[in-house]
Amino acid sequence: MASTGDQAAKAAHVEKKKTPAARYWKDPQEVARKDGNNVGKTGQQQAQKANKRRLVEDSEDEEQVLSGKSDPFPGPAPIPEDRLQKFKRKDKTKTSRSQHYKLKDIITRSEETSEMAQKQAARLDLVLPEDAGFLEGDEDEDTCTISQEDIADSVDITSATKHFSLKLSQFGPYRVDYSNTGRQLLLGGRRGHVACIDWQTKHLMCEINVMESVNDVKWLHSEAMYAVAQKKCLYIYDSKGIELHCIRKFNDVLRMQFLPFHFLLVTASATSFLQYLDVSVGKEVSATCTKTGRLDVMCQNPHNAIVHLGHSNGTVTLWSPNQKEALAKMLCHQGAVRSVAVDKTGMYMVTSGMDKKMKVYDIRSFKPLKSYFLPAGASCLSLSQRGLLSAATGDIVQVYRDVWSTPVTKPYMAHRVQKAVWGMHFCPFEDVLGVGHGDGFTSLLVPGAGEPNFDGLGANPYRSAKQRQEWEVKALLEKIQPDLITLDPTELGRVDHATFEMKHQDRVQALGFDPLAKQKFVPRYKKKGRSSAGNHEKRKRKVAHEDLREDIQKTAEANVTTERERKEKKEVLLSGKRSALDRFKK
Amino acid sequence: MKVKVLSRNPDDYVRETKLDIQRVPRNYDPTLHPFEVSREYTRALNATKLERLFAKPFVTSLDGHRDGVNCMAKHTKTLSTLLSGSCDGEVKVWNLTKRECVRTLQAHEGFVRGMVVRFCGSSFFTIFWDLVLWLLWPAQHDPGQGGITGPLESVFTGLDHHQKDAVFATCGQQVDIWDEQRTSPIRSFTWGVDSFSAVRFNPVETELLASCASDRSVVLYDMRESTPLKKVIMTMRSNTLCWNPMEAYYFTCCNEDYNLYTYDMRFLDKPITVHMDHVSAALDVDYSPTGKEFVSASFDKTIRIFAKDGGHSREVYHTKRMQHVICIKWSLDNKYILSGSDEMNIRLWKANAAEKLGVMSPREREAANYNQTLKEKFQHHPQVRRVARHRHLPKSLYHQTKELRVMKEARRRKEMNVRKHSKPESVPLLTEKEKHVVTVVK
Repeated sequence: MASTGDQAAKAAHVEKKKTPAARYWKDPQEVARKDGNNVGKTGQQQAQKANKRRLVEDSEDEEQVLSGKSDPFPGPAPIPEDRLQKFKRKDKTKTSRSQHYKLKDIITRSEETSEMAQKQAARLDLVLPEDAGFLEGDEDEDTCTISQEDIADSVDITSATKHFSLKLSQFGPYRVDYSNTGRQLLLGGRRGHVACIDWQTKHLMCEINVMESVNDVKWLHSEAMYAVAQKKCLYIYDSKGIELHCIRKFNDVLRMQFLPFHFLLVTASATSFLQYLDVSVGKEVSATCTKTGRLDVMCQNPHNAIVHLGHSNGTVTLWSPNQKEALAKMLCHQGAVRSVAVDKTGMYMVTSGMDKKMKVYDIRSFKPLKSYFLPAGASCLSLSQRGLLSAATGDIVQVYRDVWSTPVTKPYMAHRVQKAVWGMHFCPFEDVLGVGHGDGFTSLLVPGAGEPNFDGLGANPYRSAKQRQEWEVKALLEKIQPDLITLDPTELGRVDHATFEMKHQDRVQALGFDPLAKQKFVPRYKKKGRSSAGNHEKRKRKVAHEDLREDIQKTAEANVTTERERKEKKEVLLSGKRSALDRFKK
Repeated sequence: MKVKVLSRNPDDYVRETKLDIQRVPRNYDPTLHPFEVSREYTRALNATKLERLFAKPFVTSLDGHRDGVNCMAKHTKTLSTLLSGSCDGEVKVWNLTKRECVRTLQAHEGFVRGMVVRFCGSSFFTIFWDLVLWLLWPAQHDPGQGGITGPLESVFTGLDHHQKDAVFATCGQQVDIWDEQRTSPIRSFTWGVDSFSAVRFNPVETELLASCASDRSVVLYDMRESTPLKKVIMTMRSNTLCWNPMEAYYFTCCNEDYNLYTYDMRFLDKPITVHMDHVSAALDVDYSPTGKEFVSASFDKTIRIFAKDGGHSREVYHTKRMQHVICIKWSLDNKYILSGSDEMNIRLWKANAAEKLGVMSPREREAANYNQTLKEKFQHHPQVRRVARHRHLPKSLYHQTKELRVMKEARRRKEMNVRKHSKPESVPLLTEKEKHVVTVVK
């Protein structure tokens, strides 16, 4: 105490040295004030009233200073850059001087809010409860040599039960679909067997035989309804197996996709029709004839709800319900395309073809990224939530990791099923891959496939019936209209800059005349003897030919068009009368 | 071999008992929430539609006057009390929560020209033809026996009370400042005009006041000086004016030319904003206590709500039976609007047409706030704007609006043609704000 008193005495007489701030954001004045505070405590009362008030305010900080310790982690905790990047929506808006002060204010405010939201989301991301699965081999042990049984043995008992096989050799091969939440499994056998299973509890919800060949099965928005593409038309059943609808307009359907946020069931048929069915109101939204033959390969882009179709000539086409033409056509393979898959961020597309190649494309720029050669070619492709790719070649299922970032030489996992694979699907929010094949269904454990943390207000695997009902109402209320499907889903949030023409049109309308229109030549009135009536006329005559030329040009064009029309008419007339020799024409 | 497979314990995700609320774990990863813009847009559109669906602004009508309601006064201390004076000299005191008349005073014969409640709320003033009555609160005895500071020699048309002092101002042939204790004015202002229609004290700079004169001018005064400060002369006469209670250097005056003008008291050479939309003379105006919006009453039988810097109204209220609206007040809790009209009724409106009255649960309020933000975010989208702007108007009003638009367009076209055919720069290009100001005199 004595020493501090001395210090105080010194401080009173000698002017204190200004200590440089320990951190640039620390105000040196504040430091000084704190010191003064210390002095005040020891007995020297010379501060003014205002200072006193400040002392009271700072009394909390004072203890730290007394103990000689300062906060080693000042300010808010830092957030890792990659987390922040994950929640980044857009770049900062550039403010220019010419902007109105109110607009500037609005922009800065909204930017602040979004930045805060981004930071908060990033912070919350750090405390999410679950971690993703993984599989690591020992030294010189390839993970692809590890068998399913080994994995099932070494994991806990609930996870082990997720590896199972259903032997259904009678009605196979099977198509597979998991519901949005990943709780329910739908199996559709080629020979008419349809079954829904709560696969985690192994509870059979319903099992029917539709007595007709089944091409594809798909869950609709919830686990209460599913669609089955049968031999002739499309049927919708409920989870008890009761037929709800038979949609005759959708015939010869080979493949289906369901767009959950738009409530659209997209079907591709053998007659090359792509049809969209709004399942909330039961109306056909659009039907497009793609004119590309049998449509057997289909997938959706979960990021922007564009449908990708693969064709027998090696092209992949992108479709939206708003356009009768394909949005894009990509020549991907030399042979026919066998399978297409798009990852959930909408960045990458993986295709496999009859040329035994598997290719990865960047579908934002439509550029190829990687090309792999698979000895037997992949018949089925499926991408998991965390970006694992499963490819089925014959009866072998291979799972690859990081196909788009690094060149892959070895599969991450491999498994042989009994017969050729027919359908394959990763289960959302689980490390499980469901494989439908000629001999039934096999559920494989693929560590690291599923998203570990689900969102309770979205697809919640643990939701109660009440929660599901509430979710259904909300989801229906915010059903996105099909005309909002575009290649870039964020386009709606951007400023629609008027083009020059639109601006010009507005201007013309406002002014009542076109300010940019070329004015007609009016000879100027010049003095100094040049403006005699004769000269005036002469100058007029100089430019008179310009008008004349215009007129001549117009009449000439009109002549050409009439001539062409006359000829065409004649041809049509002639083609009507077929002469006997026409058959030799070629 | 090291392996980990996702395996969740259901106990972490399912509520324990039925009495608990459901557990909702959140993950804000953008890839789990695709189409966020389209979904928000859909929500915004739904919210806008619901807003129009729930827009039922009319709350109640207070009837009992036997002649047109000419003036109203808000009580300064109690929200539920309203005073109104009618054209037959009757003053009524209303309880708004009970929607009934508490007291009726036959104060005088002839119009109740103006009425104001003293800042303390203990008494109020009314004016008649040539008389100022000072009535104590509650006015238990006959008004004739209340404190009277008249009769006086001049005619009165408007009245306002000082915010803090025992001083009030009247206007008529001139603007007079009165001390409550004296029988003659302590100050009189004239500036070459024959009559004034309204006078208002500034709520913040309490010594300042403004008045509307019949020579088309708005005059500013300082109570401490002997002469007026300055005036702006417009193309047509202003009826009343109101100061913005928050930014008290702004005032809005309602004009005979169907428009309202917001002026900055410091720069009178042109208005800050011209508020258009009425199709007949605007008769009265009152600001909301937040100073962000104001409401105007018009001869065209409508009430319109304007943002303080909005050129066009955000809302229009009308009913089949409401005639020319003479006086208007915005309640001090920012929730209601009171209008007094020719056909002897006082009407109570919601300031926010779609707002839910009564107590809201926290979830409800949160949802309302979220919807409000969404509506603001997507307000410029054509679909949303179309829904949000839609109002049903009486046929006559609709046609008048259309007619006015045509007239305005014709005038603009003519002016353009004149400009085109005259010497360059001989016809100056005037903005809408500059058009209506004739001159500023200091």
